[in-house]
Amino acid sequence: MAEVVLTGVGKTYAGGVTAVTDVEFTVPDGAFCVLVGPSGCGKSTLLRMIAGLETITTGTVSIGGRVVNAVEPAERDIAMVFQNYALYPHMSVYDNMAYGLRNRGTPKAEIETRVREAARVLELGDLLARKPRQLSGGQRQRVAMGRAIVRKPQVFLFDEPLSNLDAKLRVQMRVEIRRLQRSLATTSVYVTHDQLEAMTLADMLVVMNKGRVEQIGAPLDLYRRPETLFVAGFIGAPPMNLIDVAIGPDGLRPVAGDAGIVGGLGIAVPATGARLGIRPEHLHVVGDEPAPEGGIALSYTVSAVEAVGAETFLHGRLGATGPDVVIREPGTIAAAPGTVRRVVARRDDLHLFDRETGRRIPLDA
Amino acid sequence: MVEHRPFGTALAHLTLLIGIAILAFPVYLAFVASTWDAATIANGKMPLTPGPLFLENYWRTLFVGTSGTTRQPVGGMLFNSFVMAMTIAIGKIVISLTSAFAVVYFRFPFRMTIFWLIFVTLMLPVEVRIYPTYKIVADLNMLDTYAGLTIPLIASATATLLFRQFFMTVPDELVEASKIDGAGPMKFFRDTLVPLSVTSVAAMFVIQFIYGWNQYLWPLLITTRDDMQTIVIGIKKMIVTQDALTEWQLAMATAVLAMLPPVLVVIVMQKLFVRGLVETEK
Repeated sequence: MAEVVLTGVGKTYAGGVTAVTDVEFTVPDGAFCVLVGPSGCGKSTLLRMIAGLETITTGTVSIGGRVVNAVEPAERDIAMVFQNYALYPHMSVYDNMAYGLRNRGTPKAEIETRVREAARVLELGDLLARKPRQLSGGQRQRVAMGRAIVRKPQVFLFDEPLSNLDAKLRVQMRVEIRRLQRSLATTSVYVTHDQLEAMTLADMLVVMNKGRVEQIGAPLDLYRRPETLFVAGFIGAPPMNLIDVAIGPDGLRPVAGDAGIVGGLGIAVPATGARLGIRPEHLHVVGDEPAPEGGIALSYTVSAVEAVGAETFLHGRLGATGPDVVIREPGTIAAAPGTVRRVVARRDDLHLFDRETGRRIPLDA
Repeated sequence: MVEHRPFGTALAHLTLLIGIAILAFPVYLAFVASTWDAATIANGKMPLTPGPLFLENYWRTLFVGTSGTTRQPVGGMLFNSFVMAMTIAIGKIVISLTSAFAVVYFRFPFRMTIFWLIFVTLMLPVEVRIYPTYKIVADLNMLDTYAGLTIPLIASATATLLFRQFFMTVPDELVEASKIDGAGPMKFFRDTLVPLSVTSVAAMFVIQFIYGWNQYLWPLLITTRDDMQTIVIGIKKMIVTQDALTEWQLAMATAVLAMLPPVLVVIVMQKLFVRGLVETEK
């Protein structure tokens, strides 16, 4: 059991390309930390630096209070699950799991006990004699997990372990990984580009973009209060509506297209412009009621309706020609394409960002 | 072809049978000749069925030798050829595996230069560098030794290239998983890379064994003592072009005997050999 502490960690490749810049965070003992971001954001590089498969250019990584910058992967007391599982094709499931232990000189009886125990937990008991190629994708995934847990390491590292599975299996394995991590209480760092996976697994979410950390926090905190435009747009599906706004004579108005927003927010928008963010589920189609206290009302032209049963997604424009906005309503709503509706949002549900810096502008100040 | 036409099938089989007959008939003839006496073969009317002297001829070939030319029984030559072919095949595989491992998995200065140097030797087979090679072997007192017979033929760019290509298809994650599992480079080589290469090694073994077995020019130069000659040279020496009478039945028996080990190797290794050339197991 151990904390993972990253201090000013950066990675510059020999060719001068910088993959990761100044990353700083602490994964508490036993926590499940998810690194999430679009491809090429440096999250895998960061994970590989923690694993010791990639050298660290600047800063330090420490595991359990020990700086491991110059420590070999095998000596870091970590276990890693790879995207393509990286099972040894010529070894049986048993040998795959036992290999790391044998290399460490663990006594035979001890290996046997640990492998059997891992196989029981992962329901691999009947498959121990098989070769990886005789297993299904989900089973291989479980063997890869088994190889990690038999070692009883201080830290688990996962590099997009679910991306080679089909959708149904992915959900199933996601739950299983979470359950396993909880019961073992081993500090884990998990890399994914799937924000849904990130939201459901993480105790601690680290959103990365272009080699930098955008925001760190509990998943729901990030969802409710994104600190940057990038986080706002990345977390949540369908994504948050982001509308360029400026201050008009009658308060806030969108930059593009005709009017639509009624109700000023009573705050100063930076000269460079701002971007208003509203999650689809926070917009509500209403009749003639006024906008909630301090909130806003919009005129909205419906262009398409997607009813998926429990809920209905409305696609349309702000005003008649304004920016595209998506609204998520309960499945009971009736809306026809082409109609113009009144839409309101509460002040607490609004997010305002500086368009230049991408930083959040506090509304409650 | 996926259609089912009896005529087509028959035609295809007929073509194949004719092909086999063309290939196999000379071999059969050699076998037949090895079971008659010299006079029967020499009189110009070669019988097409095996004769009565099978055991006697092969006994003489293996353990007594011809009365004139080679003076040595073929048994010894078979042994020499076998030692040479095995040493060349195994030596080539060991050297190529390790050099391909070095070139693919280690970052050392002039790595690519070394790779290209190995590559260039493809253009310099023994026949091209025969004089300097002979000089070196002679100066090292390796004439008439197994070492002199095999070492100059062991270095092999072909096998290095094949293993290099194979190693490059092995996913990097396997190396990384090994690192995390606490296996150093040599342990990775022994525990993962070599077991994965089994089929390629088998394919290489078949090819190199036959290459070694069929060597003619090099053993001809390097061996002067009768007890060091290989079977391929033995055949040549048995066939006299001058005034003496060639003991054709013994020459043919030697030819048949010379054919057997490579055929056996191919038959035994066939399954692995085909898999090694066709599929990669990862």
